[in-house]
Amino acid sequence: MRMLFLTISVAVTIALIVILDSKKVLPAPLGKLLSPQEGLWQNAEPNDIDFGGNLNFPELKGKGDVYFDERLVPHIFAKDDNDAYFIQGYLHARFRLWQMEFQTYAAAGRVSEIVGEKGLNYDRTMRRMGMVYGGERALAMMEEDVTTKASMDAYTAGVNAYIATVNSSNLPVEYNLLGYTPEKWTNLKSALFYKAMTNDLAGFDTDFEFTNALRLLGEEKFKILYPDVQDSLSPIIPKGTQFYANTTIPVAPSNADSVYFHRKDSIWYTQQFKPNPSNGSNNWALSGSKTKSGKPILCNDPHLSITLPSIWYEMQINTPNFNVYGVSFPGILGVMIGFNDNIAFGFTNAGRDMKDYYEITFRDKSRLSYWFNNQWKNSNIRIEHIAIKDQKEVLDTVAYSVFGPVMYDESFPDKLKTKKAYALRWIAHDPSNALKMWYLLNRAKTYNDYLEAIKYFNAPAQNMLFASKDGDIALWQQGTFPLRWQDQGKFVMPGSDSSYMWQGFIPQQDNPHIINPIQGYISSANQRPVDSTYPYFIPGRYDMYRGISINRRLSSITAATPDDMKKLQNDTYNVLAETAVPILLKNVNQLLLNADERKYVKILSNWNFYSDINEKGPTIFTHWLDSLRQYVFQDDLLKNDLPISLPVRYTLVENLLKDSAFSFIDNSNTTKVETLSDAVTISLKKCTKQLVQLEKENKLTWGNYKNTTLYHLLRTATMPFAKEHLPVGGGENIINATTHDHGPSWKMIVQLTTPTEAYGVFPGGQSGNPGSKYYDNFASTWAAGKYYKLWMMQSSEVKDKRIQSTLHFSK
Amino acid sequence: MKFLASTISIALLAFSLGLFLPWWSIAISAFLVPIFIPIAPWKAFLSGFLALFFFWGLMTYIISFRNGFLFTHKISLLILKADNPMLLIILTAFLGALVAGFASLSGSLTKRVFKN
Repeated sequence: MRMLFLTISVAVTIALIVILDSKKVLPAPLGKLLSPQEGLWQNAEPNDIDFGGNLNFPELKGKGDVYFDERLVPHIFAKDDNDAYFIQGYLHARFRLWQMEFQTYAAAGRVSEIVGEKGLNYDRTMRRMGMVYGGERALAMMEEDVTTKASMDAYTAGVNAYIATVNSSNLPVEYNLLGYTPEKWTNLKSALFYKAMTNDLAGFDTDFEFTNALRLLGEEKFKILYPDVQDSLSPIIPKGTQFYANTTIPVAPSNADSVYFHRKDSIWYTQQFKPNPSNGSNNWALSGSKTKSGKPILCNDPHLSITLPSIWYEMQINTPNFNVYGVSFPGILGVMIGFNDNIAFGFTNAGRDMKDYYEITFRDKSRLSYWFNNQWKNSNIRIEHIAIKDQKEVLDTVAYSVFGPVMYDESFPDKLKTKKAYALRWIAHDPSNALKMWYLLNRAKTYNDYLEAIKYFNAPAQNMLFASKDGDIALWQQGTFPLRWQDQGKFVMPGSDSSYMWQGFIPQQDNPHIINPIQGYISSANQRPVDSTYPYFIPGRYDMYRGISINRRLSSITAATPDDMKKLQNDTYNVLAETAVPILLKNVNQLLLNADERKYVKILSNWNFYSDINEKGPTIFTHWLDSLRQYVFQDDLLKNDLPISLPVRYTLVENLLKDSAFSFIDNSNTTKVETLSDAVTISLKKCTKQLVQLEKENKLTWGNYKNTTLYHLLRTATMPFAKEHLPVGGGENIINATTHDHGPSWKMIVQLTTPTEAYGVFPGGQSGNPGSKYYDNFASTWAAGKYYKLWMMQSSEVKDKRIQSTLHFSK
Repeated sequence: MKFLASTISIALLAFSLGLFLPWWSIAISAFLVPIFIPIAPWKAFLSGFLALFFFWGLMTYIISFRNGFLFTHKISLLILKADNPMLLIILTAFLGALVAGFASLSGSLTKRVFKN
């Protein structure tokens, strides 16, 4: 009898342990998760935690001290530059390990290792796009450069020094929840992080959509709906600037008309996992003539996904050779946006098209050779091994052509409608020593130092803004840009003919640039950099209205102070609405409206064009304009399932300004010829139902509708780690570009007085741990449009009361 | 007296083993203690149960308190789909207690079986 009881009791105990140690409830065992000695509870960081201490690493050459201030910003003081990068790597890992590793897994197409088969399509997309290939090519060039290699090695060693201390009690919570552990960091992972940024900023393409649109519309109409230059453009380089070409502009191949501009077939593929089209930024600099202090002011706010943990990690690095403050990317060394004792630097995205597709004809299914210049040419085969959690690995064969990887072919994507294959020519595959730019920029003292530094940077092309205590302000649009003939690369090109390849690159000195202009300011906001007199063909995806807003304000400003700049960065005035609302109000037929519709028209006519949280105007305007855009273009473009992108908002508005009888207004599916008044009225009626519904849910005010949210990187799977309902105005096409989940990921203002007066804030916090009070403690300051004063700490200030804890590194 | 000694021993041993063994080492502690401090099986169950209920419950409470319950809120939402920190603490304590209770019962019964 006792034996029976014993057996039952032991069986129950073992069953309990097995159940709690299984991954049935969550991807990680519940017992392990809830054990206060090793699981999630260990991530609950004591509010009075001391981050200080003494650490010894044989890799270090000398001593280094890290002073954490009250916002947990580390101020690194090291005797040796590479020791400083070692410490930077250590700190990135200490506070952001899961994020930096996850982002490089994603860049490398290794998400399936973590989440299982549902990540496979994403992983194949990244691999076939050549992300790893590009990372390897970049790394090879970086490691050829002795300086870059030494600093990368030091950074990597620092990351690994922290990883070596990771155990079940300090493992970041995401590893616990997803059930895996970190692997060693490598220089390749830093290169992959850089490739992920390149993809975010120079990875958006519309070649397939444009090819289909061209076939549908013909050349003339295509140019109206997808114009190269807009009438209202306020370019980065002011209109009237003289441009010269230091090289011959290429001409189209002789058969372009038949095989390129008039291709007969449609394309069923479209880019999956498109980077967010809103990825962009604002930056501007005022020269001393425009500021109260008489010294330049530089401002920058990069618009990226505003996720948690934040994409940025704020820090100061001080060695005998340089002293820099700003934000860094956990994953790579150096300070990306910031200032040193002499200069300040900031970036916006150039948005130029750096990605082209070539149609490839393989000899047979083996994909071992393809037709090129009238013969079969061998392709290089790269076999991708994609590991999948709890399953057998998947092998994916990718053929590489002279252009680059054949991304789409019979085996990908799954839904195959044609047997066509397309190779990708992308700047991200070219060798690059881009990290060297930041290495030099962090140490730059003068305009010439800056000029030397930026030449190392090829992609993703940026508008690189500079201001110095010498009083200089400058901007170069820097990148390696293909030399294109008119309209080259807008559409898919034939891959059998070498005359369609890129014919070299625009000489660097011809890149758009501006130095100390008479107007006293420089700005960029992802608009087309130059007007139509620029001698090169430069397709791209450009914004327009933010640039107009900024230049309008800067041209009239005098005696500007950092406070004025704070106001400007948070400005919610909507120039698109200022332009488009009068068109809507003038043309809407009031007689045909019901009570709801009349009410919305009235609200809109009383709106002052500021997209503030309590306004209803922006919500009504956005719905109405998008409804009109659908109405005008849908019947002409969305005739079947072919991938096509509708023209952007400004194209619609610019055309309506020019021509109220714009021919696309007519709905081709009806016998009646619709006028602008019909279109405006019908599109209001079409969106009213939705507006009424929003009003019922109390979501008609802009803030409630937009619901600005800082999502955790795992998006909706980890909503308790997100921060929702932040009261922030602004939106697309507005200087304060905050949308639902995207916007100013770092706002910085630097006045180059002595001492430097700088302000900054980002939506998040220094710690990546959702169990830390430093995880999102800047969010409310950011949302309120307020800033922190940035403290460039001096070595004499080690006793300053702002220092909360000190971490000593030594050999 | 034996009951109290057993309970405290289980908690202390569980804590010590937990420093270098996985979470299920609480079952080892709860199993071993009644072999060295023999008590009636039902008492052994209660002893193991209470030992871990208080050990895990107290430890999670202290951790949460020092963190201002910031993370406990988030995790209770994540795992329980309800914003209830105390429930999460009690659930944690209960799961540990259940495992330890049965392990302790097993230990006590083992002792009896092999004494004969």
